[in-house]
Amino acid sequence: MLQITCPHCGRRDELEFSFGGESHVTRPPLDSSDAEWSDYLFNRKNPKGIHYERWIHSYGCGRWFNVARDTVTHEIHATYKMGEPKPDLAPELLDGDSN
Amino acid sequence: MKGYSALSLIRNALSGHQKWKPAWRDATPKKHYDVVIIGAGGHGLATAYYLANNHGVKNIAVLEKAYLGGGNTGRNTQVIRSNYFWPQSSAFFDRSLQLYEGLSRELNFNVMLSQRGILTLAHSHHELEGIRRWANAIIINGIDSRVMTPAEVKELMPLINLDCRFPIHGGFIQQRGGTARHDAVAWSYARAASEHGVDIIQQCEVTGFKTHAGRVTGIKTTRGTIGADKTTIAVAGHTSVLANMAGFRVPVTSMSLQAMVSEPVKPCLSTVVLSPVIHAYVSQSDRGELVIGGGADVYNSYAQRGGIPMLEEVISSVLELFPAFSRLRLMRQWAGTVDVTPDTTPIMGKTPVDNLYISGGWGTGGYKAIPAGGETMAYTIANDHPHPLIEGFGLDRFETGALIDEGAASGVAH
Repeated sequence: MLQITCPHCGRRDELEFSFGGESHVTRPPLDSSDAEWSDYLFNRKNPKGIHYERWIHSYGCGRWFNVARDTVTHEIHATYKMGEPKPDLAPELLDGDSN
Repeated sequence: MKGYSALSLIRNALSGHQKWKPAWRDATPKKHYDVVIIGAGGHGLATAYYLANNHGVKNIAVLEKAYLGGGNTGRNTQVIRSNYFWPQSSAFFDRSLQLYEGLSRELNFNVMLSQRGILTLAHSHHELEGIRRWANAIIINGIDSRVMTPAEVKELMPLINLDCRFPIHGGFIQQRGGTARHDAVAWSYARAASEHGVDIIQQCEVTGFKTHAGRVTGIKTTRGTIGADKTTIAVAGHTSVLANMAGFRVPVTSMSLQAMVSEPVKPCLSTVVLSPVIHAYVSQSDRGELVIGGGADVYNSYAQRGGIPMLEEVISSVLELFPAFSRLRLMRQWAGTVDVTPDTTPIMGKTPVDNLYISGGWGTGGYKAIPAGGETMAYTIANDHPHPLIEGFGLDRFETGALIDEGAASGVAH
């Protein structure tokens, strides 16, 4: 069971949250090529290591926020509000990271 | 090939089973191969076998970072079926089922295929309507399928609780579906490929690619750099990791899919039974264990370890269907890393890199596809164009929009 610290409500069990996939994905302009649009719609970083991802506190405040989580250990290194930049994590954590 | 037979069993029994030869050769890497396949799971090994057997390719290596068949090939719940909705999926997965039907004979290795049937349950009137449509699509695709009433379901599996939280309104069965022993599938392909001279190299992890002018010229591994004319990625959960090394992106999410077995009991469940709505399925192995599976954990993971919330959900669903199972203890619980695509159809064929091929995106259903996956990938690699059965499974479908959305139709939605 993960314990996730909602930036608004504090630490709660995973069961209160829903997962929303990769964060910081930017929509390309409407006149972009099919290849760019397909990349935006479907391709994901899916890293083995630190993943910046969105969660929603469904059974709490109902707000979206970001989580920096390791996909191998499931350790959560940071949670931060929507719109905030990626946090500065220790360089050794990002070793081999494709983000 | 020194075949297995009743005679060889008797001969080896008389010598106290001391003289069995290893089933395959544990090779050390050579400098260069015509074809290198990354990943000695079912798909990698089957691809190597069919390349050698059907296309006469001589100089093949299969690289494995850990041990043969130790990833999803050895972690799945052994279910085989071809009850898909779309014609492309039906044609491919039924080819696979047909190959499974002849596999023990072809490879001279008992894969313990048991066509005990797979029953999909409906828990509402509307779901039953959906299941009728699905079962009809399967029949139109030329595959066996039959809708069953609740009374027929009860007769087939007396322990089922028809009046559960979401009462059972019926279901449909594919009688040719069933199970086969997953280790035997990996071992039989390994043995047959090894007989053809394929080098199976274990404890050899790929760390990168050497490229020149948009082509892969060599594979960097923990056991040195290996040259290759053609390279294939068949690494299931690590598809994104290998694709990144080669410099392209894939529409894949890696997740943990867990499974578990109970202590063994006498025969009490004769088919595989699956409920898409409450997201659980169960069958009984030949040893008597109940093999239980369900949905994947909800977040990205490479941990090969399942979470407690999904475990609890799956078990409570199975116990609602079969209250009698509540007295059983679980013996083992584990997980594999599955590479799920947006339309839950695999990604097979060529990649943006000229001489690099891919067999991935198998998600939660790669095991049943091993024979046809190997056969069609071998054709694709040998001829440098996709086999007709997998023409629609290419990476380019995400750009053209020609998705084959089995998400709703392939039994369990992800």
